[in-house]
Amino acid sequence: MLTLSTQLNTYLIIGAILFGFGIFGMVRRPSLIGMLIAVELVLSGASINFMAFNRFLAPDPTVGQIITLFIMAIAAAEAAISLSIVIAVYRNYKSIEVEDLVELKG
Amino acid sequence: MNPSLFSPEGLAGVIFLILIGVTMIGAIIATCTQRLIRSVSGLAVCFVGVAGLYYFLNSPFVAMMELLIYVGAVCVTIAFAIMLAEPDERRLARKISGLSGGLAAVCGGAVSFALAYAAVTGHWMAPATPVNDGSLKMMGEALLTKYSMVFELISIVLLVAIIGSMALARAGRRGN
Repeated sequence: MLTLSTQLNTYLIIGAILFGFGIFGMVRRPSLIGMLIAVELVLSGASINFMAFNRFLAPDPTVGQIITLFIMAIAAAEAAISLSIVIAVYRNYKSIEVEDLVELKG
Repeated sequence: MNPSLFSPEGLAGVIFLILIGVTMIGAIIATCTQRLIRSVSGLAVCFVGVAGLYYFLNSPFVAMMELLIYVGAVCVTIAFAIMLAEPDERRLARKISGLSGGLAAVCGGAVSFALAYAAVTGHWMAPATPVNDGSLKMMGEALLTKYSMVFELISIVLLVAIIGSMALARAGRRGN
């Protein structure tokens, strides 16, 4: 049990579980912000996979770290954009529940 | 092979197990609570655990960036958005039906199991000999030489995201 941190499979399984939690939250959450939180979990699981392969298998150990930094930048941009969309939706509908957003005409 | 509990390796293993626990508990709180603000707190806890896992993967710089960007920026931004667009608390009770929760559990469990199965049974290539030590100095050199184009592109993406989010949040405002 105590040598888990030196095995590739540990990190891959943690990444898979985080990804699964993200999918779970995305289907289950009725509100837009909850779905955004689940998307962050999915991105985090993907980052863990990149970092694990980077540590154990990759010939150049800088590549995975740089990819993870880029994923963080993309996630920050995505969070900013989607939160401003959520604010705009809330102004129009007074709700951020997915079920209430049924009008298509802009 | 199996270190004793009180050797440095054993203590590191215990800390690693604790970090896995923190990550999983954070993910459970982030997805299973009713209130969104608790969910954001769970997300922050989960990211603290993930930052610890990055530290175990020989990347203290990425671990610090995880703390700064995710816990310090993304979670705080989501918390502000929740304050601005507070969902109606009275309607929370009826929202999550059993069918939706069951479907979500089946979907998430299936995806998670498939990924974990593929990871465990897959045959990965043999570990390559590292060409450098993956230190912060090497990362900086790679960012400014080999990946300079990507670096500039990501800054443009961030600039567009800032301008776009300001424009979007302003568009729906009434009374001006």
